[in-house]
Parts: sequence; structure tokens; C-alpha cells
Amino acid sequence: MLAKRIIPCLDINKGRTVKGTNFVNLRDAGDPVELGRLYSGQGADELVFLDITASFEERKTFTDLVERIAANISIPFTVGGGIHELKDVERLLKAGADKVSVNSAALKRPELIDEIALNFGSQVCVVAIDGKRTPEGWRCFLNGGRVPTDRMLFEWAHEANERGAGEILFTSMDHDGVKQGYANDALRKLSDGLSIPVIASGGAGTKEHFRDAFIEGHADAALAASVFHFGEIPIPELKQYLCGQNIPIRL
Amino acid sequence: MNIAIVKYNAGNIRSVIGALDRLGVSPLLTDNEEELRRADKVIFPGVGEASTTMEYLKAHCLDRVIKDLKQPVLGICLGQQLMCSHSEEGDADCLGIFDVPVLKFIPERHEDKVPHMGWNTIETKGEGLFRGFTGPEYVYFVHSFYVPVCEWTAAKTDYILPFSASLHKDNFYATQFHPEKSGGTGERILKNFLDI
Repeated sequence: MLAKRIIPCLDINKGRTVKGTNFVNLRDAGDPVELGRLYSGQGADELVFLDITASFEERKTFTDLVERIAANISIPFTVGGGIHELKDVERLLKAGADKVSVNSAALKRPELIDEIALNFGSQVCVVAIDGKRTPEGWRCFLNGGRVPTDRMLFEWAHEANERGAGEILFTSMDHDGVKQGYANDALRKLSDGLSIPVIASGGAGTKEHFRDAFIEGHADAALAASVFHFGEIPIPELKQYLCGQNIPIRL
Repeated sequence: MNIAIVKYNAGNIRSVIGALDRLGVSPLLTDNEEELRRADKVIFPGVGEASTTMEYLKAHCLDRVIKDLKQPVLGICLGQQLMCSHSEEGDADCLGIFDVPVLKFIPERHEDKVPHMGWNTIETKGEGLFRGFTGPEYVYFVHSFYVPVCEWTAAKTDYILPFSASLHKDNFYATQFHPEKSGGTGERILKNFLDI
């Protein structure tokens, strides 16, 4: 049976992980390769590396990092941040990334999704969507939830699916960082309505939140950052728990 | 040990090279006929589309070279599919090492998303690439086309229907999944291939 995936997300600034971690057994928690290797060893199913610098000069640093990740880590990984055109996608895939995630560039120019799917296959194209509840319903936002767009979440997710996205990574800006659980209603509506996998993001605080994202939210994968980085939820313990809840998990 | 990786217009060969490096082997990436023939073992990786890749292989005479190899050969993902007789992807005639067609997944329920992507279990006989395997193990898949279960099936996976996760015939070995992306289990499979 296809397993539900657990995905730690690492924010990268100038080639280094951003959020502090409290892993005492790491020589250098700022090294994304070392942290990635630790998560892989703990049973993470995939990794996401998000380049939050994304300034033109620093892209080279990130590309070098992607090469080091590919050389050292034996599970699939997605890279995102600063991807504006096909050239960026090609550079990162050549460096060894398995998938790329596009967010604002796709909202500004949706054809980018078609181009990625056509040139490299749908499986490499993750469309990340930052959503927020507004009086008119769930709306897509840019720049970490600061800038509203004229796109509504469900319509945009459907369009991305139709254009050839391989997965949707949905972050609820209302739930992100609050640790009160994922946006399960919106997740379920996405998952039930789309023909591609949906990754839940934003809101994990407890092991039960992961269970709920899978059972109530029908998510195919769950992404989290701080609960892993600060060791609040060790991945082996989380996976044992989910397994005990009869969720298909790779142990 | 002299390991050659078939060089062609396929994606993500870097991960295969990285996985072999971690096992202490430095592979040679080449499309040179002599170098491929002389290698102790050959890996035929692949991420891409069947018909355009077959055209490329034919244009570079690699189709004949791969078929005629006598040492252990490992096809990965598209590599496995191209070793079969025909693929529904682009209606492509393939190498015909395994006389079995490659078919497109047809979803039966909403949960049957295509591509089949993620970690799924393989059932093996504990031989060949899977020496030492005693129970089901998780490996990483990304594919929209599959090889049906046939007389050369070396490992089986169930997604929509049971299909060949791995094939074996004489010196030819193949996996539909990506051992280079399958963590410790994948490493054991690659190590078994190197030890054949």
C-alpha cells in the first residue's frame, strides 16, 4: 500500500538552515546536508529545501548546495524559492533535485506549470499555494501571506492540476506557526477534488495533528518544520504513532 | 570495480552516481560502445519519456549495444520499461529484452492517483537484487506506466493492480522503483547488484 509521507521542510538562507535547531548530536545544525541526512536516517520520507534568499547573486550558492544534497542524501527532495522560469527549473534538476516547487511565479504566469510539465514531466512540478480564509472564501496570497491575489484557492488548485502540476503543497497562512492543527476542511476539499496528491502544510503541533491531516484532511503527505527542528516531535515516534492509528506509514 | 552508466538524454543521473559513490564505487558515465562493453557492470537509468528516449538510443546505436551486453545490466525506472517489448507511452517499440508490454495505469477509484508516486512495498523472493530480504520493504516509485506481472517478475507491488516492481532474466536486472532514492533499502539493492 502506498504510504502517507512525512516531510520536514528546511528554510535555507545563503546556503545555511535558518531556523535554529536543538539537535545536540549534530556537529553543525546550520548545514542543510547534515540536517537532511539526520532526518533521512530518522525515517523522513522526503525533504523540502526552501531557498528564502533567492537573490540573484546567491542562486549559485543554493545550486551548489543542491548538488551536495543529491550526492549525500538517498531520499527524494524538492527545492523551492526563486524559481521564475524554465531555466531555473533546469538548473536545479541538473544539480540533482527530484522536484521543484513553484509558488508566486506560477500565480503571476500560470503557463510556467504547463512548461515544466511538458519539458520535465508532471512528477517534478509541485505547485505551492499559500491560502488564507477571507469573507469571500479561501484566497491565494503572495509573499508569505502578506499580499492578497485575485485568485481563489480551489479554483487555482484545479487550474494547476489541469495545467499539469504533479502535486499541490497547500499552506494555510491562518494555521501556519499556530500549532493548532492543519486546515483539515480545506485540505479534504482539495484532496477530494483533485486528481493529484496534496501535501498538508502549516499548523502541526502534536502527533494527533498529523493523524487528523491524513484521516480528516485526506492528505497524501504532511509537511512540518519547527516541530521537527526543535525535536518536539521525533520522526520515529511520530511514525510509530501513526502506524498504530492504522495509517499506512513506512517504518 | 568498473561500473558504467549509460549516458543519454535522461534526467537525474546525478542521484545514481551519488548512490554509487556512497557505496565506494566511482562510475563512468559514457555512451561509448567499447567502454560499455568493457565495463564489469552497466547501469541503464532513466527519467523521461519512452518514445523520444528510444529514438535517441537508436540514433546513437545504443539500442543494439545495450541488448548485446553480456555482463550484469541494471535498468532503473524508464530503463526497466525500455528493456520491454513495447510501451504505450508514445506507442514506442522498445529493446525487447523482456517480451512483455508496458501499459498505462488506469485509475479505478479517486484514491488511484497517477503517477504512482511515493513509498510502496515490494514483495520479493529474496534472490538476486533482493538477496537477504525476508519480508516486504518500502521503496520509492514515480511512474505512470507499468510492466504487468510476468514470468520474469522478480518483485511485485500492488497499486491499482499487482505489477512488476522488478524484472530479471539472465544478465538483465531491472527495477521500476528508484533504488538510488530508496534510503537504506535501496542501498542494499544496489550493493546486491554490485555483488552479483
